[in-house]
Amino acid sequence: MCKDNPHPHVHEEVEEDIEYAVHVMHGHDDAHSKGHGWHVHEDGTAHCHDDSHEEHHHDEIKTRTVDLAIPLLDKNDRIAERNRGFFRGKGILALNLVSSPGAGKTTLLEKTLDEFGKQVKTAVLVGDLETDNDGRRLQRPHVSVAQITTGSACHLEAEMVAKGLDAIDLNGVKVLFIENVGNLVCPASFDLGEKLRVVLLSCTEGEDKPLKYPPIFKSADIVLLTKVDVADVLGFSRKLAVENIKKIAPQAQLIEVSSRSGEGLKSWYDAINKHLEKL
Amino acid sequence: MPSPMHELGIMESAINTVLEQASLRGAKKVIRIVLRIGSLAGVEPDSLRFAFDVVTRSTIAEGALLEICDVPARAYCRSCKEEFGVDSGFIFTCPTCGELSGQLHQGKELELKQIEMA
Repeated sequence: MCKDNPHPHVHEEVEEDIEYAVHVMHGHDDAHSKGHGWHVHEDGTAHCHDDSHEEHHHDEIKTRTVDLAIPLLDKNDRIAERNRGFFRGKGILALNLVSSPGAGKTTLLEKTLDEFGKQVKTAVLVGDLETDNDGRRLQRPHVSVAQITTGSACHLEAEMVAKGLDAIDLNGVKVLFIENVGNLVCPASFDLGEKLRVVLLSCTEGEDKPLKYPPIFKSADIVLLTKVDVADVLGFSRKLAVENIKKIAPQAQLIEVSSRSGEGLKSWYDAINKHLEKL
Repeated sequence: MPSPMHELGIMESAINTVLEQASLRGAKKVIRIVLRIGSLAGVEPDSLRFAFDVVTRSTIAEGALLEICDVPARAYCRSCKEEFGVDSGFIFTCPTCGELSGQLHQGKELELKQIEMA
């Protein structure tokens, strides 16, 4: 049909206050370059003509044009929205914890489950490429934990979370912690259906990490600066790190914490509680 | 040719919506589909075109025209209170005062704008 050798035309048009270029992608040979129209028959088949076929008469059906503004979601976004709806329906606050490998997600969660988790019923989904080491570290009698091993995927996806939910007991659960695979890049592009995205940056990393990894920091609701108890020993500038975080992620609530010393943990629990109340 | 995996998922979503809308209106054929794609939406037009051919096969949208409206990316400088055009990235430098801005006013659109059907 008219589909070989597509080539773009560019027209400048202005609609509302936005300038855009329209690329019309369709194929036709150069002989038809004067223009063409679609003719639709009652049986639904259609073909296109160019202007030189004027004497070709047949019934034409009027075409209708519908203006919409419907966002396009890919498969992950669709499943993420489904997860989101599920959490909303069950009244569960879901948090997605992301960071570089070794920034302290699991250790922070251990502390959180022991302290915050004693006041509020929680559950955990943890993702790693291999092993259930983290899952086992997080196991506690009062918390349902499931480990997701991705094999080779460097990030969790909405479908994995959906499947993981089948493996945990969500009865009465108010907060679900999802510990993502250690990775500051890919998780930024994969909505899991969470309510809060929590990005951890540790004092054992560089103060300029936020500048080097904008996407994940820009998507953060909360940024936790972890391991502050060793910042001085390492000559790490908390001031500079905070400046950089505020520069790249002004939208996020910033809390400085140390799982080992306990510094800032109360503020972290208060933040979770505040979001729980808003649910 | 760049991997069309991401674009296939998006086109599948687009076609489902198109067919739904067409069925709602009793249309028998989809003639033209217009998408609005921001330059920073992370979508390759070539891959979109390929994906379009694949997902419309054997549907009433087979053979339809695909029109893509490019929306250029524009960021906003809070100091100058002005918009400026950007090409890529997440952090944008204001060409007037040099301040960094993370506020994108347009450029990440990914939507189905218009359907023409019969």
